[in-house]
Amino acid sequence: MNQMRFDAVLLARDAEGLFWMARYLERVENLARLIDVTQSFESPGFETDAWFGLIRINADEKNFKARGFSPDATHVKRFYLLDRGNPTSVPGNLEDARTNARTLRPLMSTEMWRQINVFHRFVGRITPEDLEGDALSRLCTKLKDGVQAHTGITEGTLYRDQGWYFYELGRLIERADQTTRMLDIKYTALLPQGREEKRVAELTQWNAILRAAAGYHAFKRRTRASFSSEDVVHFLLRDPSSPRSALLCVRRAESHLDDLRRIYGLSAAGEAIELAEYLRELLLEMPIGHILAAGLHEYLDIVQIHIQKLAAAIGRAFFRDWQPAEPAPVGGQSQSQTQGPAEAVA
Amino acid sequence: MNDIFRNTWPDYDPGRYFCELTRKRPGAGPVPDWLIQRLGRIGLDALRARASAAETELIDLGVTFTVYSDATAIDRILPFDCIPRVLTAGEWDLLERACIQRVAALNAFLGDIYGPGHIVRDGVIPAELVYGNSNYRPEMKDFPVPHGTYVHVCGIDIIRDEFGDFRVLEDNARTPSGVSYVIENRHLMLRTFPDLMAGIKLLPVDDYGRRLRAAMTEIAPGGDDDPQVVLLSPGIYNSAYFEHVFLAREMGVPLVVGADLVVENERVYMRTISGLRRVHTIYRRLNDDFLDPAVFRPDSMLGVRGLISAWKAGNVAIANAVGTGVADDKAVYAYMPRIIKYYLGEEALIQNVETHICREAEGLQYTLDNLHKLVTKPVGESGGYGITIGPRASKEELDVARASILADPGNWISQPMIGLSVAPTLAEEGIGPRHLDLRPFIVTGKESWVLPGGLTRVAMKRGSLIVNSSQGGGSKDTWVLADDFGQGDGA
Repeated sequence: MNQMRFDAVLLARDAEGLFWMARYLERVENLARLIDVTQSFESPGFETDAWFGLIRINADEKNFKARGFSPDATHVKRFYLLDRGNPTSVPGNLEDARTNARTLRPLMSTEMWRQINVFHRFVGRITPEDLEGDALSRLCTKLKDGVQAHTGITEGTLYRDQGWYFYELGRLIERADQTTRMLDIKYTALLPQGREEKRVAELTQWNAILRAAAGYHAFKRRTRASFSSEDVVHFLLRDPSSPRSALLCVRRAESHLDDLRRIYGLSAAGEAIELAEYLRELLLEMPIGHILAAGLHEYLDIVQIHIQKLAAAIGRAFFRDWQPAEPAPVGGQSQSQTQGPAEAVA
Repeated sequence: MNDIFRNTWPDYDPGRYFCELTRKRPGAGPVPDWLIQRLGRIGLDALRARASAAETELIDLGVTFTVYSDATAIDRILPFDCIPRVLTAGEWDLLERACIQRVAALNAFLGDIYGPGHIVRDGVIPAELVYGNSNYRPEMKDFPVPHGTYVHVCGIDIIRDEFGDFRVLEDNARTPSGVSYVIENRHLMLRTFPDLMAGIKLLPVDDYGRRLRAAMTEIAPGGDDDPQVVLLSPGIYNSAYFEHVFLAREMGVPLVVGADLVVENERVYMRTISGLRRVHTIYRRLNDDFLDPAVFRPDSMLGVRGLISAWKAGNVAIANAVGTGVADDKAVYAYMPRIIKYYLGEEALIQNVETHICREAEGLQYTLDNLHKLVTKPVGESGGYGITIGPRASKEELDVARASILADPGNWISQPMIGLSVAPTLAEEGIGPRHLDLRPFIVTGKESWVLPGGLTRVAMKRGSLIVNSSQGGGSKDTWVLADDFGQGDGA
């Protein structure tokens, strides 16, 4: 007789923990990508603007000021790489990821746990010297390596039951969110303004954004020699094959939710599936030219609100005590990042 | 002492203490020379290098416990000493039988005091010590438990005196911890010292999770042969959280916290992504006080409201049972030899350490008169807190102890200072003798099973007698030789 159980249970708290662990680690990778790119492509005279762009991407203006930092390159780097008290920093996100990992330890492979532990220790030892000159780029590479090692080990060792789906959903939703944020801020900073030499400088900046989204070479293969900003926006939002495009992330999230309903009989996924469908249509319905003409920022704000709604719907359906973030009014600044429970245990 | 050892580690001197590795055991076969030879071949520098690699591995794996002092909480590894503690087959035979005997007596005692109370009426133990005990739970009165088992998991602290005789120092019948280290230490040894272990037949330690789950299945209500078992933990801030994770994984059951559980219609459920799911057996690593705010501490955020009513309705099993604390109390401990005799009609296979009960006039007087010679312990504490070691205490410390005892004599016992046995341990000065004890773990559903060996805790500080992890103690892998004479090629 077969003794295996096929109806293994997943605690609501653990589903939530997996979802958020993936989000926190995805944020670490995205921060490392953004910092690396900002460093590599800062233009003389505009350093402060470039670095403060990071603060705006994460909607961290208030938080940054409250923690006593002033808007210059050094302070922004420290805020994101050294300040453990800042929950949106690399150490802050990793602390939350590891705390979640502790609660999830019974479900995780030993390899996953070991790697997060070692990575956590590495991040806790970042020094101000690591933020200087060429050391910074090496640090960013190590941070990306750390998260990618995590995702690789997870791919190879995490048991693929319902828990894996919630982990994936967290990662995809965070990635879609991060891509739209980056596009939002950088596009506003790069609005085309006439003169040819400025345009060339802008192209360099667009390349930087593509690199930050790990899409530079694929983009080159997919587009004409002379590309426009419209092409970049199209690529980041709608490319069907780029791992970090908003569309790919949303489509995969939709498919995972569908699997949860179909394979595991979780009918509560219904509302989230509808939201994912809506989001997918929102990403595809209008020509990019029209979006740009009507205002990319306003459009991306709507996309971001719906990404948050999707996360909230998953929370309502499956998690223990989800509290939806207050959606900010459309327009103005970026949506602030929602925080999950670093841990659900008192 | 053994010649090979003397040649290998000439500065090693256990003094008047019984050395676990170098002293001959009467009638127990030869001292395991091969271990000393192998250690000698590895050499001190390599031992240190490997020990350091092993500690790094423990840190990487997060095999840690949390030490709380004032406002800080620090994750520490339990210091690991790479020189194993060896028990011969003959020694283990005695230890195993003694542990089973002791658990049988503890369960019989609990069944009696929460039932008819014969032992009190027969005058074997004072009524006040039982019914006036702060760990006696009136809620348990006349509530039958499956198979008469109250103490499903028991850890018995056993020491060895200067003469090599084992003695029970303490029973842990509530939620004893440390078993995860037994198994992790063995895995670590297998990875780090394969050459030390090659060809030696040891009793295995990796069956614990299966045995524990089997016991949890045996006590489930309704005789379900595949009940939903869960491990109830206070959560990630508990100092033993790593062990909770370890046991949940080894058993293959969910680790839950109080907030994951809910009681409806006197049935216990857990909150899953697909709604509420019935729970049949709870292995709880939470003290009685915190289990159910409706019955015990109303401010408990860690427990489950209604749990006790579900239990009393027979809809869920809880291990260990509520109210076992009355049996492992340090004052009740003094009566254990008589308790064993009363229920089992046998002498204790391993004797207690002689104990003076300060709640009794005679014991109090003796304790006060001999404070400088005795170890005094508060009965309600664990983890080595509150202990005063008379022969090593200053006059001021003795005065403090005297005042504490006089203020509340019922809270104190005293024992002669036992020269705990020692074993060679990697230390700053090289290989030095360090004091140790042994905590075997006994799992009981229908019947008792003893995990071969147990946790050997070792005081890492020279001369220290306190082996508790919260006080800087470490641990060793505990080897139980499968048989005393077929112990490898000796090469």
